[in-house]
Amino acid sequence: MNAKFADKLATTGFIAVALIFVAILASLFGYILVQGLPHISNSFLTTPSSIVRAGGGIRDQLFNSFYILFITMLFTVPLGVLGGVYMAEYAKPGKVTDFLRICIEMLASLPSIVVGMFGLLLFVNTFEWGYTIIGGALALTIFNIPVMVRVSEEAIRSIPRAQQEASLALGITKWHTIKTVILPAAFPGILTGAILASGRVFGEAAALLFTAGLSTPQLDFANLNPFAANSPLNIFRPAETLAVHIWSVNTNGIMPDVKEIALGGAAVLVISVLLFNIGARFIGKIIEKKLTAGK
Amino acid sequence: MEAAQSTAKTRLLKKQRRLGSEFRGRLLVMTAAIIIIISTLSITAFLTAKGIQTFINGDVGLSEFLTSSQWNPTAENPQYGALPFIVGSLSVTLLSALIAGPLGIAGAIFMIEIAPSWGRKVLQPVIELLVGIPSVVYGFIALTVVVPFIRNTVGGTGYSMLAGVIVLSVMILPTITSIATDAIKSQPDELRDGAYALGATRWQMIRKVVVPAAKPALFTAIILGMARAFGEALAVQMVIGNVRDMPGGVLDPSATLTSIITLNMGHTTYGSVENNTLWSMGLVLLAISFLFILIIRYLSARRNA
Repeated sequence: MNAKFADKLATTGFIAVALIFVAILASLFGYILVQGLPHISNSFLTTPSSIVRAGGGIRDQLFNSFYILFITMLFTVPLGVLGGVYMAEYAKPGKVTDFLRICIEMLASLPSIVVGMFGLLLFVNTFEWGYTIIGGALALTIFNIPVMVRVSEEAIRSIPRAQQEASLALGITKWHTIKTVILPAAFPGILTGAILASGRVFGEAAALLFTAGLSTPQLDFANLNPFAANSPLNIFRPAETLAVHIWSVNTNGIMPDVKEIALGGAAVLVISVLLFNIGARFIGKIIEKKLTAGK
Repeated sequence: MEAAQSTAKTRLLKKQRRLGSEFRGRLLVMTAAIIIIISTLSITAFLTAKGIQTFINGDVGLSEFLTSSQWNPTAENPQYGALPFIVGSLSVTLLSALIAGPLGIAGAIFMIEIAPSWGRKVLQPVIELLVGIPSVVYGFIALTVVVPFIRNTVGGTGYSMLAGVIVLSVMILPTITSIATDAIKSQPDELRDGAYALGATRWQMIRKVVVPAAKPALFTAIILGMARAFGEALAVQMVIGNVRDMPGGVLDPSATLTSIITLNMGHTTYGSVENNTLWSMGLVLLAISFLFILIIRYLSARRNA
């Protein structure tokens, strides 16, 4: 076989692989959207789920997903951004920094079910909270910290050194420079990263199985007292999220319309993740434009 | 005079306040760093302490747990051999890496070497969207499409190691591709120009120059994909069948460490022997994911040398 022919053959092979990628994505999305969209209706989104009867919706699961996401980001964003500032601005090369980096790498590659088991051990059994929203959110925080630290560190490092030096040269102290020059400039990058991380949290299920649980109490959306057992805002109640619901109806569901619920739920999940993805890019671009429009 | 003194005074005070905030800032970022270190250490410590309980209590011997293929926790003479699940986890991980590894690297080469402009524009978003699809959705699609397909074409129930391998391959494909893309992109253009100057075709240049040069990074990509496949729980649990016997072939139903933990953690009493063995399986997962990190660190040290 001569070299030219081999080259042509290889090129064809590579194009075929690229087509496989596109085909996989198209068929996954096509399947979920074509099969799932007809099952999404107003009543599907606004009625509570049923364990035995057909026709249950996903209202509480959808709310739980957003609520856990919100609580998780409340912990993840400050911790991740501060961690990123430390890595980019304060960390001196040495044993401590190396160790911190190994810790972050380790957290990043931990299987999510292992994080869930840790949550079960600490929050559910040792602290005796039982299955709670706060336990789920803390487990997801552990799971998300490495992503947030890396995103923040990269966003901070991408700011031109001169910008920071100009501030320091004016006699502004380091922390003040970070607060007033670096973090505002890094904001679009950090925000984009946070929204992308949100998409990940939204679809995560394995870590929540053992921490937020597989059930949701009868929620009364008129009761906004965060300490009431049936209040949606109570963070010490169990909460099944949408992703966990899809898994559990497929694994243990006995209602006659399991497949319809799973299809509709999966479509809602995929569309949400898609919106997070598009939103991250869109908002990032708008803010970037706003910040740099001055010149 | 007095006015000048007071301005000097306020200035000094202001300076002090500034330095106080400087200290607080440093304290704040240090605290974040310490929280990260503490959570990593406590995950390791807590799961290790809980995972070795089975062996400390003397209910199950370590060698029985790791080498026996009999798993019968509810029998009259309960047996706790986790080998079928360890084998199941390792084989689905290896097989999916064998499928997704070459495909992922080929995709990366396509984006960088064959069609840099439109290839990136099309494939980059495709990969990002594939990463974003939640694992339960992958599992659900496999359950409704792949399992019936296997049932109709080769027979059996369709719940099989093959179904698990297929879903995992698709899940780790984007991970491998994106890291491999970075690895190939970072190869200097001098390498390519040198190869072309010697009269190489593009395929020869890719195969003999770029791929060997990027080899450690490409292995890192595959190892990270394997780490993800090894730890994935729900998607695999939905399609693999979860039987306790040693798998005989890819068409047999099988089970993995993660799928057994997922299924049984809720049904067993906390503190019972069976429950403790599940924590030991969690410890095995943790140990193997540490092993993956060690391999990656070794590879990246070789790359930088």
